[in-house]
Amino acid sequence: MSVLTQSLWVLLLGSLLGLELIGKVPPTLHTPLMSGANAISGITVLASLTLIQQAGDNTALLVIGALSLGFALYNVIGGFLVTDRMLAMFRRKGDSR
Amino acid sequence: MTFSMDAFAAAIDLAAVLLLALGIKGLSKVSSARGANALAALAMGLAVVGLLIQIRPDPIAWLWIAAGSAAGGLAGLVTARRVPMTAMPETVALFNGCGGMASLLVAMGVALFDAGESDIVALVSIAVSVFVGAITFSGSIVAMAKLQGWLDTPGWTQSHLRHGVNISLAVLCLVSAVLLPGDPSGLPLWLLMGGSTLLGIGVTLPIGGADMPVVISLLNSYSGVAAAAAGFVVGSQLLIVAGAMVGAAGLILTQVMCTAMNRSLVSVLFGGALGASAGAVGGGGSEAGYTRITSCSAEECAMALEQAERVVFVPGYGLAVAQAQHSLRELSKLLESHGVEVSYAIHPVAGRMPGHMNVLLAEADVPYEQMLEMDLVNPEFPRTDVVIVLGANDVVNPQAKNDPTSPLYGMPVLEVDQARQVFVVKRSLGAGYAGINNALFEMPQTAMVFGDAKAVLNGLLSELRSMGVGKVKVTA
Repeated sequence: MSVLTQSLWVLLLGSLLGLELIGKVPPTLHTPLMSGANAISGITVLASLTLIQQAGDNTALLVIGALSLGFALYNVIGGFLVTDRMLAMFRRKGDSR
Repeated sequence: MTFSMDAFAAAIDLAAVLLLALGIKGLSKVSSARGANALAALAMGLAVVGLLIQIRPDPIAWLWIAAGSAAGGLAGLVTARRVPMTAMPETVALFNGCGGMASLLVAMGVALFDAGESDIVALVSIAVSVFVGAITFSGSIVAMAKLQGWLDTPGWTQSHLRHGVNISLAVLCLVSAVLLPGDPSGLPLWLLMGGSTLLGIGVTLPIGGADMPVVISLLNSYSGVAAAAAGFVVGSQLLIVAGAMVGAAGLILTQVMCTAMNRSLVSVLFGGALGASAGAVGGGGSEAGYTRITSCSAEECAMALEQAERVVFVPGYGLAVAQAQHSLRELSKLLESHGVEVSYAIHPVAGRMPGHMNVLLAEADVPYEQMLEMDLVNPEFPRTDVVIVLGANDVVNPQAKNDPTSPLYGMPVLEVDQARQVFVVKRSLGAGYAGINNALFEMPQTAMVFGDAKAVLNGLLSELRSMGVGKVKVTA
């Protein structure tokens, strides 16, 4: 199987998995779920890291790579932390802080 | 040696995918959500470590990695700590835009400097990545600016001309994408980037504030697609699978939100601003439209509360603007100590994005079991003594059920008109988002309590306290 076919399979199965995972969501969690899913989409960090590694001594490419790493990590770190901040506030009746 | 290293990296990738999937799954249940979020973060960390083991960056690369990580990580940390809960929609939009920007930069970097790139798959992936990344970025930034109030919906964007402009931009993008393989780092690339950026702006700008959450959710789905496209560009299957999962999950979430708002995705994207068109068609929205308004003081309202057995609060965004969640929580604690059954009815689009009101109430210590969603609370209204509507308007308008000529007709609403007594706390008789009159205000069981939500709630608190509610009863 060529790399392309394999990648397309991965794309297809990943999409189906995503559709399946979010079947029912209580309305309470819509905002945190959106922000959590958003943090996960910052997985582009992997592409940024690869780009920096492949840049060699090309300074322009290193700058672009570092910039994109910065943007992606801002998405990831900010996203996960703010989601955690929201979810930490949800509590049951009678729970003490 | 190489084989075992590759196998190790592959194992880490697999573990990361598994944890990510479990994380997304867990995020859809209140009890497991916080742990699931941590799990997803762990998966992300694992994926990064796995990749670093695989590519073994040289010292210069490490330097740039450290610089980028420090800047992005620190900024993310500060933003996440500082941002107030009321500003959550624009924060998500901002984060999302940055994710799109990252994908755009990666694709541009590869296209501009990886000159030997002639593989057609790589070139198509670059085109897709630039296109989706740029739209996600510019669209999210426009969405953020509108939610912050930095940008209005300009009148000219409502003309049909905008469809022509957007279609031309889309055609420009398509043509440049087709031309891209002939000249991978030349003019077509820049045209594609510029065209997609403008298209993101052109599509988002005409959409009104009320529909913005749907747009953000859709752009969130796009950023997943952008990540998957970046995965094709650099040849990372982990990126592809994670991006695809987020893209698909985001689509489902967008659909859920559209259903809740009774809007189709097509009408949100191409229908223009709801407020602008409804104002022109309905013509309502002026105070003169109301004839049978009863208003009452906080004291009368407090007396009704004191005698009630079951009270439901209907919070809207006006409550959050007035920063009154904490006063509301105090009031409900007082009523509970008096033996009153208290709950909160939450419309799917209460707040500024679906689920936002739940977050704001959770911040004020309201247990989530007391926040009832629409389908659960509607059958309860007939046996509810007092309903207090705080800063909500269109979502309690009975015309959405009864009046086929109303622009709101068909939108699912909270049926508060079924309750015995309704108090509406409002600053004035101004119209809601949709710019139409609310028949609820003129019903015989409804009384208006005019004033700022926080001031009214504090007034109710002191009235109730002076009646002796909440004091320990001395029994003989």
